[in-house]
Amino acid sequence: MPDAAIELVDVNKWYGTFHVLKDINLTVQSGEKVVICGPSGSGKSTVVRCINQLEKHQNGTIRVDGVELSDNPKSAATIRSEVGMVFQQFNLFPHLTVLENLTLGPIKARGLSRKEAEDKARHYLERVHIPDQADKRPVQLSGGQQQRVAIARSLCMEPRVLLFDEPTSALDPEMISEVLDVMVELAQEGMTMVVVTHEMGFARKVADNMVFMDAGEIVEQGKPEHFFTNPRSERCQKFLSQILQH
Amino acid sequence: MMKKATLALPLFLLVAGCSSSQTWGWYVIDPTTSSGWTNVKFLVSGMGATIQISLIAAVLSIVIGLLVALPGLSEKRGWRLVNRVYVEFVRSIPLLPMLFWVFYGLPIVFQSMGMNIPIDPFWGAIITLAISDSAFTAEIYRAGIQSIAKGQSEAAQTIGLNYFQTMRYVILPQAIRRILPPLANQFIYIVKMSAFASVIGMQELTRRANELVVTEYRPLEIYTLLIFEYLVLVLIISAGVRWLERRMGADERG
Repeated sequence: MPDAAIELVDVNKWYGTFHVLKDINLTVQSGEKVVICGPSGSGKSTVVRCINQLEKHQNGTIRVDGVELSDNPKSAATIRSEVGMVFQQFNLFPHLTVLENLTLGPIKARGLSRKEAEDKARHYLERVHIPDQADKRPVQLSGGQQQRVAIARSLCMEPRVLLFDEPTSALDPEMISEVLDVMVELAQEGMTMVVVTHEMGFARKVADNMVFMDAGEIVEQGKPEHFFTNPRSERCQKFLSQILQH
Repeated sequence: MMKKATLALPLFLLVAGCSSSQTWGWYVIDPTTSSGWTNVKFLVSGMGATIQISLIAAVLSIVIGLLVALPGLSEKRGWRLVNRVYVEFVRSIPLLPMLFWVFYGLPIVFQSMGMNIPIDPFWGAIITLAISDSAFTAEIYRAGIQSIAKGQSEAAQTIGLNYFQTMRYVILPQAIRRILPPLANQFIYIVKMSAFASVIGMQELTRRANELVVTEYRPLEIYTLLIFEYLVLVLIISAGVRWLERRMGADERG
């Protein structure tokens, strides 16, 4: 598999004595969309946070674009410049305007001129359907708009992979679809995505690979057609029946 | 009740002072007489030194404080230890002994290292005030920076910013609004503590008052004026800080 965007091999992680990730093996091909689901506390957020080095794993190997993550800060910088991240709580910078939120990374980390960065920012704001909010502050936007700004901010770095950590969990119900629509469009354009979410409608629509985690393990993974209709493990069956009931 | 009492006290002093000229001698600082005017000019001319010492010490303290605070926020225990040792050590030294150590002792330390660096009262006072205060500013920075949600620095990292860029463009601009009011307190503290510079011969407000007391022997009147000189200085600083807070939105909630 030469073209793997992300590879996790036997990854283990502990918080003190608590074993949060147990022998995680996961491969994400370039262009692939992987959806990770599971009960809270199962370690799914920790997996994506390890991929972009917001947290360190203790053993096992994580490779992004063939580069192995290590303690070397240079590798962390390389990884981060290729991996974008969208957070549950948006984490926009409240003291900056929307446009400044988007141009900060390209100007400071990528060395683009202000003009280039702003052009790029406006381009991506259009792609997330909020071209006219550029000069507002994040607090002046709705939750759905804020999350779309956060997605645009990640896109401005032109990452090879985009990670989503429960991107719709902090949103009011009526705003979830506007964010999911943007994510579906990104998926259709071929972005490599790893999405932690409970939005199973979205998962069915875009996922190439479904991953179910429980208690720090990957319990089940497979194509959505099999995953939803015919899960092998009991834990996965139970989880799906609980969240698909409504 | 409190308000009445605070108004009554200076009023009482004034009335008492004017009515019985035997015990009070406001003439020493009466600007309408030529000797009184000379005295007042002599006292107030210490203002420049007090302001200079305080300002330079405050700026240094703000810089040193940040440099000390940053390792305190590190995930590495060794760095945090550097911060703890500095803060605990420096803030446990009373100002006056530190002033003596810096003014009388530090030149000897320099000499033993083969350097001839004299320390005059001006810089002795500044170094002492800056270092003594920096332990407190460091704690103010640390609290302010820690109050910014962790997600902010995580988001900054994921868009490729390094540590210093994250601090400079994301964390500090948000933290400064919370840091500013307690920093202003520290500035006022520095202004008041600069009075200690008088004991190493710095010609500032308090030294001038002491010298005039020795020649005129009117301590009550002269020290009363001295207190009001500090009061005016501090009120001016307070007004300046409030203006700055309004400009930076530090007086808003959230």
